[in-house]
Amino acid sequence: MNKTRLIFRHEFLHAIKRKGFIILTLIVPVLALIGIGVFQLVSTDEPPVVETVTIGYVDEAGGFDQYTTQGYIELVRFDTPGDATAALINGDVAEYFVIPSDYLSIGVINRYTLERQLETPPVISTAIKNFLTSNILADKVPPETIYRIEAPLDLVTTRLTETGEVATEQGGYGNVIIPFIFGLLLALSLQASTVYLVQGLGDEKESRLIEVLLSSVSPRQLLTGKVLGLGAAGLVQVVVWLASLPLLLNLASSTIGGFFITIQLPANFLVLGIVYFILGYSLFAALSAGVGAISPSVREGQQLSMIYAMLVYVPLWFASFLFIFPDSPIWSVLTIFPVTAPIAVMLRLGVTGIAAWELAASLAVLVLSIILVMFLAIRAFRVYLLMYGKRPAWGEIIRNLRSG
Amino acid sequence: MLAVEVSHITKSFADKVAVDDLSFSVAQGEMFGLIGPNGAGKTTTIRIMMDIFEPDSGEVTILGEKLNEATKNRLGYLPEERGLYKKLKVIDSIVYLASLKGVDRQSATARANELLNQTGMLASKNKKIEELSRGMGQIIQFIVTIIHDPQLLILDEPFSGLDPVNTELLKGMLADLRNQGKAVILSTHQMNQVEELCDRILMINNGQNILYGDLSEIKARYRGNSVLVDVDGELGEVAGVTGKRTHRGYTELMLDDKTSPQQVLAHLISRGMVINHFEVATPSLNEIFLKEVG
Repeated sequence: MNKTRLIFRHEFLHAIKRKGFIILTLIVPVLALIGIGVFQLVSTDEPPVVETVTIGYVDEAGGFDQYTTQGYIELVRFDTPGDATAALINGDVAEYFVIPSDYLSIGVINRYTLERQLETPPVISTAIKNFLTSNILADKVPPETIYRIEAPLDLVTTRLTETGEVATEQGGYGNVIIPFIFGLLLALSLQASTVYLVQGLGDEKESRLIEVLLSSVSPRQLLTGKVLGLGAAGLVQVVVWLASLPLLLNLASSTIGGFFITIQLPANFLVLGIVYFILGYSLFAALSAGVGAISPSVREGQQLSMIYAMLVYVPLWFASFLFIFPDSPIWSVLTIFPVTAPIAVMLRLGVTGIAAWELAASLAVLVLSIILVMFLAIRAFRVYLLMYGKRPAWGEIIRNLRSG
Repeated sequence: MLAVEVSHITKSFADKVAVDDLSFSVAQGEMFGLIGPNGAGKTTTIRIMMDIFEPDSGEVTILGEKLNEATKNRLGYLPEERGLYKKLKVIDSIVYLASLKGVDRQSATARANELLNQTGMLASKNKKIEELSRGMGQIIQFIVTIIHDPQLLILDEPFSGLDPVNTELLKGMLADLRNQGKAVILSTHQMNQVEELCDRILMINNGQNILYGDLSEIKARYRGNSVLVDVDGELGEVAGVTGKRTHRGYTELMLDDKTSPQQVLAHLISRGMVINHFEVATPSLNEIFLKEVG
């Protein structure tokens, strides 16, 4: 058997037998299953019982005596603020408000409560607003008109394609959820692969195996076999996660329903997901090979690799920013910067999609970075693989990489 | 065909010349000692031979050709910095590393069992490497080095970390390999081992050739005109002896230019002395080494 294939097979089998790998691969679907199970246990078929809240009001303006039921809020009229205050203290009402005699000209409503609040709860302010509107318009317009004024629109947006047809992808949060989860898993997987590779190289260096291996194989065979073996293990992880998604979504929508029914995968998501995993992994593998070569120990290698392994999460830190400002140039930067590109692309696919030129630039920069880093990693591998003890100074590393 | 031919290799690191215009050759069926003090350039020379380092100048041929994948399969290398996968079982480690030398799984397993049995390690075959003692680990590394029946063995400090029992075991196995016609290169600073095992040597210091050739010829070259004797009773005056030095158990007699050891022996016999020991003094490799390098 070809020696690269032997190393590939050894590394792949070694990686997938690791406890850490098995736990990380299974924990994602298992946690999702537990989540669905817990939801089923705590939820019941009956709709939740909402208690009626009674709030008082004093009508000094006059004419506010109809529509005293607003949803689950019951409005009770008091003659004077003193009576209302007494009822509030007794606990008969949760709060009360006063409609002053000049309300129609000034629009001020005074609200009294025993609770300390940052602002009026929206349900209360909506209930009071609808109560006032209904009473002002009562007998002047039909009840349907009053209802329409209170709830003037139910906005339904339809996305059309450039040919004017209804687009298959309609956007919305249902579109974001899978790319977001996948982006997170991709980041985890890239980080895990980085850890395995740096640890693998560090272990071989620490156990003084490199020279034994190099008496049988070339540095290129060793590096290629390792990178591909660990990459295949990472791909198995991602495929297990991706394969479990439709199953989990089915299960979730049949038990939880609602939001999960709206979930859909953006176009090209699966293809781009796999492409970006492979390219992202290749870049991280090349970086890790370089770091593994120049680091004298597993510990130092992992500290160094944290620098780029943490950068992969940057698009996730900015995810909420993406929902508010999807067209910010920051997103173009994160899409084209090779280390953040895989996750940034996944997130953007779900939210707004990505312009073709940006996608092309992102892929081109990623591929060029892989070639450059791989070239430098192989040089570093040759120069530093057999150096044990102290890590060489950065100046010396750069000098050696230049001179080869 | 020579097992190894090294021709005028030079290698420098930053500001230090590690190997300086070194040439030597090793024949098939020969045990060759590469000796020198720490930092003399032995390991660098071996790494150049193994194509791990590229020489600044000079050429190396291994088994008649430039080192390639096929020749790598025909040589066994035990580096000074050596180890094994700590978490892997002994048998799995041996079989995997043998497979990288082109041995199929089945043959590798059979041969591993045979060698483990020969070294008394068969009971440990399913243990993890990390459970073994350092000496046991060394024996496994040696098994890995020879499992593919290589034509050429390059061993860098093979006896370091071994107890006397395992040292003897290893020496015996090396002698067997030489007798089977394999070429063995032994790099070490332990002169007594080289003296005991090697046919020819290359002594280097600061990357340069100090001594190169047949071990017995070199020793003869360094032989001084003295004899070691142990006799019953008083030695008395012996003609041609310019000085005496007493050692534990024997006396060294320094002879003048006109007197040969044979004349001294004839003189002692003619005096009717009981001779327990008579030896023409030959310097040990260690003494030659200290004289040249010290």
